[in-house]
Amino acid sequence: MVEGAVLPAEVLKDPVVGRSLWAEARGRLVRNRAAITSIIVLGFIALACIFGPLLTGHPFDKVYPDYVKVPASLEAYPKADQIEPNVERVASRVRAKAENIAVEGDKIRVTLVGQRPIDERLLAYFERSDLFGAAKVTERADEGRRMVVDVPIKRNYFFFGTDTNGRDLLTRTMKAGQVSLAIGLLATFVAIVIGVIYGATSGYLGGRADLIMMRAVDVLYSLPFIFFVIMLVVFFGRNFVLMFIAVGAVEWLDMARIVRGQTLSIKRQEYVQAAEALGVETKGIIRRHVIPNTLGPVVVYMTLLVPKVILLESFLSFLGLGVQEPNTSLGVLISEGAKNIQGATWMLLYPSITLVTILFCLNFIGDGLRDALDPKDR
Amino acid sequence: MLSYILRRLLSAIPTLLLIVTIAFFLIRLAPGGPFDLERPLEAKVMENLNKIYQLDKPLIEQYWLYLSAVVRGDFGPSFILRDFTVGELFARGLPVSMTLGGLALSFAILVGGTLGAVAALRQNSLIDYVVTGMGALGLTIPNFVVAPVLQIVLGLALAWLPIAGWNGGAPLNLVMPVIVLALPQIAVVARMTRAAMIENLRSNHIRTLRSLGLPSLTIVVHALRGAALPVISYLGPAAAALLTGSVVVETIFGLPGIGRYFVEGALNRDYTLVMGTVVVVAVFVLLFNLVVDILYAIIDPRIRYD
Repeated sequence: MVEGAVLPAEVLKDPVVGRSLWAEARGRLVRNRAAITSIIVLGFIALACIFGPLLTGHPFDKVYPDYVKVPASLEAYPKADQIEPNVERVASRVRAKAENIAVEGDKIRVTLVGQRPIDERLLAYFERSDLFGAAKVTERADEGRRMVVDVPIKRNYFFFGTDTNGRDLLTRTMKAGQVSLAIGLLATFVAIVIGVIYGATSGYLGGRADLIMMRAVDVLYSLPFIFFVIMLVVFFGRNFVLMFIAVGAVEWLDMARIVRGQTLSIKRQEYVQAAEALGVETKGIIRRHVIPNTLGPVVVYMTLLVPKVILLESFLSFLGLGVQEPNTSLGVLISEGAKNIQGATWMLLYPSITLVTILFCLNFIGDGLRDALDPKDR
Repeated sequence: MLSYILRRLLSAIPTLLLIVTIAFFLIRLAPGGPFDLERPLEAKVMENLNKIYQLDKPLIEQYWLYLSAVVRGDFGPSFILRDFTVGELFARGLPVSMTLGGLALSFAILVGGTLGAVAALRQNSLIDYVVTGMGALGLTIPNFVVAPVLQIVLGLALAWLPIAGWNGGAPLNLVMPVIVLALPQIAVVARMTRAAMIENLRSNHIRTLRSLGLPSLTIVVHALRGAALPVISYLGPAAAALLTGSVVVETIFGLPGIGRYFVEGALNRDYTLVMGTVVVVAVFVLLFNLVVDILYAIIDPRIRYD
């Protein structure tokens, strides 16, 4: 009994550690399975988009004229049934007829028969095609009218198929994901910076300054948003980096309102009053005390703003106002896919899946963060 | 109440004026003009065109002319669609957009509200998860993906519905555009209704009703009334956006609504058309904000505006 009354020694050793808001929030977030899965999936997509284009072996703007709109496939191109017609096609450019086409692993052995002696320089047409490598003559007969040629086959993989110009869709989707994510982050960052500073200043100053600043936000609110965006496109031309800085500069309105609301309650806290009493200047109070304490809802709003901006970019690209060729974004790919949905469904399918997955992940992360940071809302 | 509405309508006028002013000068500041073609017009032709459309006057005077014309209800001639005035274009396009938007809105409220309420009543059940999942899906799939997929499935593969076109507003032609317009709204309405219902079902007045042993239908009606408030405040701006048309849906389905005028007008520097659209959209936004406030007062007796 005496022994039982004593607390285990290891409990006493550690001093009690307080848990901060952020630590608790992290704990709650880790327990949210949907949010954690989303973070992992999104991280994977982001890595794939950044490093993927280096690994696919196709530059994102490389055109394969012989592989226009080929379906997605796990097998290498050319397919067995493509080889023969293509050999015949090249042979006709060499001004000869192809006979005895035999595929031997990665090589084709073909006999070219011409009415006149075949000009061997024309064999370069084999190499110029996307299907074959440099041709090598192994036998000549009939004063060069017959010749046996070995042609290596160039194997290419198009896991997502190719687009209407014959560009690898996997590489383009990754590149597009890169562009879309970058745009989403950039515009959101701009929106957050402007919104937080504006909202915090307005809320903290209060009084007439607050009234005027928020009245300006109200007026901007009732201007049709799409009008704003189109005017920005008109002003900045097709420079999408500038444009999305501008889109961010339009999206800050909600942020400003949220932060202002937060600031109004933070302003009454003792630590702010203490800082005021100590004679800290307004700028310092806003920077050191107000803004850091509004960051909870800001983080949540940020994860929800990124998908909104990505969707907006897709929408603009769909209208043809966004990213310009040969650069690409998910919206561009989707709008091209929508035009070619008959006969080339893969062109719509894969970019759409990528976009929806990214948006889904961001939304789940946003929801998870909100639940984690604001437990009373659950 | 009446005096409140009157006051609100009066206070909308300066806001509207400000919006018109900003839009007017913004579009005029944009480089290029309505008559800039690939091959420039002859100087004399250009001069005449500018004179006809009063573009040769100083900007301030043009602004004044435009304002006084708008007050008289005259939106001026369209620069690009030369045979029409902007008023005529709206007279033809607005009914189309409003029909589609109105149907989509009612559909969204009906379906979204029902789904949200059911999900809230059966919280953490299978139905709840299905509704939340579908809600997330409806929010994330962009409408320019849904529309072509529907066209392929319902229009081409099954051949149930016409693929595109207005066809004088035939009901079959309306189905697909309305679905595409309504889907994201259904998702939002369901989500908001669910959240608000859950909160409401836990509140004191519902507990009182339960303790009195009232039938569950009565309880649901009372909870719905409370849950409607946040949904309505969302639906105000959403309704304004829906009723003034969607560029994407109208482009994909080839509908003669007013949604396209914004994009076409701004890109072609069709000043009067853009300005007209801005005014129409702003009026809708202001009007629906007022409607929201009035509905608030009707639903929530604690709110008094007098």
